[in-house]
Amino acid sequence: MTDPVLQTRGLCLSFGALQASKDITLDLRAGEIHALIGPNGAGKSTLIKQIAGGLRPDAGQVLLDGRDITALSTAQRARRGLGRTFQISELAMEDTVLQNALLGALGAGGNPFRFWQSALGHSDLRDRAETALERVGLRDKARMRTSELSHGQRRQLEVAVALTLNPRVFVMDEPMAGLGTSGSETMTTFLDGLRAEAPILLVEHDMDAVFALADRISVLVYGRIIATGTVDEIRADKTVRNAYLGEDA
Amino acid sequence: MTTERILNAVVVAGLVLFPIWAWMADEPFMITLATKAAILALAGVGLNLALGIGGLVSFGHAAFFGIGGYAMGILASHAQAYDPIFTQPFVFEGSKSMPVIWLTAILASGLAALGIGALSLRTSGVYFIMITLAFGQMLYFFSISWPAYGGEDGLSIYVRNSFPGLNTLDPIQFYGIVLGVLCAVLFLLARLAKSPFGLALGAARQTPLRVETVGISPYRLQLVAFTLSGMITGLAGALFADLNRFVSPVMFSWQTSGEIMVFVIIGGVARLFGPVVGAILFIILEHLLGGLSDYWHIYLGALLLLIVLFARGGVIGTLTGREAAHD
Amino acid sequence: MSPILLAEQILNGVQLGVMLFVMAAGLTLVFGVMGLINLAHGSLFMVGAFAAAAVAGATGSFMLALVSALAAAAAAGALIEVLVIRRLYARDHLDQVLATFALILIFSEGTRWIFGSFPLYLNIPDYLSGPVTLPGGIQYPLYRLTLIGIGLAIAAGLFVLISKTRLGIQIRAGENDREMIAALGVDISKLYTIVFALGAGLAGLAGALVGAIQSVQVGMGEPVLILAFVVIVIGGIGSIKGALIGALLVGLTDTLGGVLLPHLFKLFTDPATATSAGSALASMLIYILMAVVLIWKPTGLFGARA
Repeated sequence: MTDPVLQTRGLCLSFGALQASKDITLDLRAGEIHALIGPNGAGKSTLIKQIAGGLRPDAGQVLLDGRDITALSTAQRARRGLGRTFQISELAMEDTVLQNALLGALGAGGNPFRFWQSALGHSDLRDRAETALERVGLRDKARMRTSELSHGQRRQLEVAVALTLNPRVFVMDEPMAGLGTSGSETMTTFLDGLRAEAPILLVEHDMDAVFALADRISVLVYGRIIATGTVDEIRADKTVRNAYLGEDA
Repeated sequence: MTTERILNAVVVAGLVLFPIWAWMADEPFMITLATKAAILALAGVGLNLALGIGGLVSFGHAAFFGIGGYAMGILASHAQAYDPIFTQPFVFEGSKSMPVIWLTAILASGLAALGIGALSLRTSGVYFIMITLAFGQMLYFFSISWPAYGGEDGLSIYVRNSFPGLNTLDPIQFYGIVLGVLCAVLFLLARLAKSPFGLALGAARQTPLRVETVGISPYRLQLVAFTLSGMITGLAGALFADLNRFVSPVMFSWQTSGEIMVFVIIGGVARLFGPVVGAILFIILEHLLGGLSDYWHIYLGALLLLIVLFARGGVIGTLTGREAAHD
Repeated sequence: MSPILLAEQILNGVQLGVMLFVMAAGLTLVFGVMGLINLAHGSLFMVGAFAAAAVAGATGSFMLALVSALAAAAAAGALIEVLVIRRLYARDHLDQVLATFALILIFSEGTRWIFGSFPLYLNIPDYLSGPVTLPGGIQYPLYRLTLIGIGLAIAAGLFVLISKTRLGIQIRAGENDREMIAALGVDISKLYTIVFALGAGLAGLAGALVGAIQSVQVGMGEPVLILAFVVIVIGGIGSIKGALIGALLVGLTDTLGGVLLPHLFKLFTDPATATSAGSALASMLIYILMAVVLIWKPTGLFGARA
């Protein structure tokens, strides 16, 4: 087994009396999709923010490629190779689809402090942006204003921006949110192919997608990971069935 | 060609043709009005970089306008009095040359904008508006109470500063210089708006979180934009002082900040020519309404109110039928 | 400097502070409840002062003048709220700044049109003029002491209003959750008009009270407005407690800085330089204070949201 690309060690975070994360230790290995599931309010978003930036844990570390990134800003983490997508699309709505992808390319390799030549004229940026759009199937929408995209297309663009970064790992917050059945299926197929490129930490509510994609699943309940294992292990796990799937089973 | 481009071309044509007409008709006052409009437009163009593209609502751009003005006043007053500004490590006598004054104005206002921006950008929203206002007021009161350069009374310069090869005392030639500067800055900003920097800055206004997650610090983008913006407004301040051959603390006042903001809004936020159209309209209104009534500010206020409430996107937005670039 | 002189200056600082509080309270409430930044608040201060000067001139009654200042400013506030301000709640701060900047132009020129450019005078009534002797032998103007008393009374009244009354509960609910109070059946647009008129009335009252110790003229509202902004930003926008503490801080800093800094500078340089450098720095002091507070706490001392 290879060394994990992304690791958390004993992350703890409290807001006043509320313990949002209790001693969270998990890892993400090369080539895998590790799904993080749990009921609403379990602390998934809080955990994602501690990993990708935005919240500093009270205790514990986040490691990327074995290096401690706990103290780094969101931007620094991104430059180290952490590609994140948001549950609610974070896109520049007034700009075109291509411009959003260009922004990613700029952050990844490009220097944003270039004032003279048009952003579209930098072929290094443009190639990278167009390749990413091509891969998620938005190439023909490149000239459209982002605000004119459908919800599903925005989800695709969200992934495309992360692709432009050529990240070491993906941290995806509900990429299926709001997608219809066929949209979910397309996204599932796409993510399935993506894992070879970089492993994915996937927070997802869509259980069909999770069971179809995940190599391993961690279950988060009340800020604590109660179980980690393969799909079959998790399905069979009693604690999980009680705490989480209990309602359905 | 889009409607907005046609409109921009019309504005440029007007900026060139109107003063030529005034010159042929021997109406020097009209040339002076046009000069004033072009200088105020430049001040607005500077603010528009921070406000329009960057979304940084600065209520303190009078600080940079005033610093530019005083850069001119201080350099020229020392030069006209043959009283060196400093003698160590070398003798600097001040200057009556526009290029030197401009460079000083740009550097001084740029440094001020860098400092003010570095502190102010730690806040956001309404606090940013207020802290920039506070810095403007700080300089205003300093300029009033510091007696060395005229204090409350300001500073007069007897003769307009010189520009190599031109007679700046001739209104049309001075106008030519101002128009040249304005067009050069507009050209640079047109490039900047489409450049990687412009793209990232615009994104930092719309979605700072996204900009961070691709590895770019919005703070740095905004600080650079704020500094460039202050430099341009500072240059406008130096020209404005040269137009009047006078500087006073009024250039630092918060009403000045408000008026510069008004040019941007009347014309259309985040549009290249927005502040130009806004400043021209402002001068026309001041001239026409000011002739009709001593209380023309009432009409100006009413007009501004109507534009804010009903014509989002300003004049350019209304004429071109496109929504404002903001939300 | 003698202790008595210092005590007098401290009282002056407190007097400026409480008046700034009366002015700032409305501003901070309006921001806290409606999320609106209102530059025209200074115009309401001016409306109050002019109403008081006009009524005092016509009737000779100072009390009546104060009441009409409050009423005129509250009415003007309610009017602009209904006509203009309520269209701005959903807008961004930029639109709010510009629209209320436009209102300043209209108010100022309108007032100039009605009353002319010459300042009016509002006299302190006989029963409040002259000095009183305070413990320690301090001679202090009775009127200024009255201002301190009125200001503190208004502060106390506001705290009771916010914490104990039904209106106060609605105001606090409005600050926390707008949808919720609408869902609870509170007529939100009426609540907004009341809050705005209340703030306006207080600004008008402050204008009348301060108008008696300075001249009543167009443009008198803007310097106070900017000070009030400094106050609420230091205190944290939306917080009444913050406004009170911010107001006292600003009042004391401004007054004491102007007196003490030149003295302080005399320890280092010659008197002429000390006076000019000291007063130059003193005039900037409150803005420096504000910048320092914001750099240390970007949402003010008691502020929650940006």
